[in-house]
Amino acid sequence: MKKRYLIPTLIILSIVSLFVGVSSISVSDLLDFQSEETEIFLISRLPRLVAILLAGAGMSMAGLIMQQLSRNKFVSPTTAGTLDATRLGILVSMLLFANASMLEKMTVAFAFALAGTFLFMQILNRIKFKDAIFIPLVGLMFGNILSSITTFFAYRADVIQNMSAWLQGDFSMIMKGSYELLYISVPVFIIAYLYANRFTVAGMGEDFSKNLGMKYRSVVNIGLVLVALITATVVLTVGIIPFLGLIIPNIVSIFKGDHLQKTLPHTAMLGAIFLLVCDILGRVLIYPYEISISLMVGVIGSFIFLFLLFRRKAYA
Amino acid sequence: MIQVRELTKLYGKKQVVENVSVDIQRGQITSFIGPNGAGKSTLLSMVSRLLDADTGEVLIDSTNTKKLKSNEFSKRVSILKQSNYMNVRLTIRELVSFGRFPYSKGRLNDEDEKMVDQSIDYMDLKEMENSYLDELSGGQRQRAFIAMVIAQDTDYILLDEPLNNLDMKHSVQIMKILRRLVDELGKTVVIVLHDINFASVYSDRIVALKNGRVVKDGTTEEIIQSAALKEIYDMDIPIQQMNNCRICVYFNS
Ligand SMILES: Nc1ncnc2c1ncn2[C@@H]1O[C@H](COP(=O)(O)OP(=O)(O)OP(=O)(O)O)[C@@H](O)[C@H]1O
Ligand SMILES: [Mg+2]
Repeated sequence: MKKRYLIPTLIILSIVSLFVGVSSISVSDLLDFQSEETEIFLISRLPRLVAILLAGAGMSMAGLIMQQLSRNKFVSPTTAGTLDATRLGILVSMLLFANASMLEKMTVAFAFALAGTFLFMQILNRIKFKDAIFIPLVGLMFGNILSSITTFFAYRADVIQNMSAWLQGDFSMIMKGSYELLYISVPVFIIAYLYANRFTVAGMGEDFSKNLGMKYRSVVNIGLVLVALITATVVLTVGIIPFLGLIIPNIVSIFKGDHLQKTLPHTAMLGAIFLLVCDILGRVLIYPYEISISLMVGVIGSFIFLFLLFRRKAYA
Repeated sequence: MIQVRELTKLYGKKQVVENVSVDIQRGQITSFIGPNGAGKSTLLSMVSRLLDADTGEVLIDSTNTKKLKSNEFSKRVSILKQSNYMNVRLTIRELVSFGRFPYSKGRLNDEDEKMVDQSIDYMDLKEMENSYLDELSGGQRQRAFIAMVIAQDTDYILLDEPLNNLDMKHSVQIMKILRRLVDELGKTVVIVLHDINFASVYSDRIVALKNGRVVKDGTTEEIIQSAALKEIYDMDIPIQQMNNCRICVYFNS
């Protein structure tokens, strides 16, 4: 879990990712700028890689921030209803605006992601029984309620054919022109890093933060805004990637602790690496077909999640 | 000086702190004593602005605490609460470094590092400074928190039962360190104690609370008297003079 290993791993995997695919591309093809291979490379492979890196880093950081602010290791966009709220937001934007532009969708999805997460935090404050496992269960139930509302309206309005597959994470459709929204997360990462120390303090609780002269409420609110921004951009461009925000921060925490200024870069890198591995595996396992990323992450992620649950006593 | 003026705190209809006025002198250790539920923690929380009072005000060096910016306030008054539950995985050194947060917002300069080193040394935590808090014993964790408050380097240090979880040796060590902070560095320490013998041996003044009111407020000699203690605790406590210390023999009262 050292940067010295993470960075080379990330670079090697990125290169592998660029050259794995149905149509084979070699480096020499790329030297000819006019070739068809170069075109595929620029229109599909490179955007796909960038999308994976940004989404992997983003969802992991979002999870880390949520865990810190909620003071619970099992809270994440998956287990706090954030993803479901975002999906509902996207549906609402489609119902409100006949041909919703990316920006309109983004705005509404962001608003819903924020509202959903905020609501979950309010529920969290009201709950007296703060058991580590109980809280994410409440979050999952909350998410399911939002999801049912989405399904209900989707069927009523007849806008979506297949609810269960709608907005599931998928990188195979990523192309030049469809993923650029993800770049919003770059400044968000930077802000998150600048706020890392404040998030760590907030994780020590409200009174602790006040003693250190920090405005707890505003720091929490800023954190939730960042989480909602990341989630909304990722869900809109690549779809829902479950578990990432849950498992990656937990793995990093075991090895490197919870000092966010030190662990945010690791979390971002490990998230990107994990997603890259899942994506490459998904592409080669049933070649020339593809296993969708949400399935890959879901399967591998749920096993790691179970493992974390069982070893919870050991560290949490 | 901290001047507490007619502070009142209600929970529902119950007055848990009732019209309390106390002066806390600079450069002294003032101990708050009193039975469970007397309102000591509530009072300390209001003085340190963790809790809003219903009526009354607190002045620190003649300025109303409400008028101070939170960052300013945190450089002048620090508080360690009675219980500090947290499941954040930080090392002792990282935690103590956060004591410098009001000054450096987490980016420590040389002076900050020096303060951190000093506080860790003060609390005898040097050899375990890189251990994670969740892997420490209750007493070691408590010492780490105190080290953090020392690193915060405020004029006023408020400690709510800091001897919780500590063995005799470390209790004595901490009281001696507090004494040194007061005598050598001119700090002002306000401390809630249950063991009245620690209050008797180490404090300059003692304030006794009971049912939300101040029932006694005076120098240590004035309060550590059988008659006064009877009023506070409803117990007959004989007092013995040993090696210049006044010891309350309450074990079989
Ligand atoms: N959040 C709260 N809601 C309602 N009542 C409260 C709350 N906090 C404290 N109280 C009540 O206020 C009274 C004073 O509590 P406080 O914690 O200040 O006592 P204390 O003197 O610190 O006691 P101890 O020695 O046990 O720490 C108690 O009766 C307690 O039940
Ligand atoms: Mg108390």
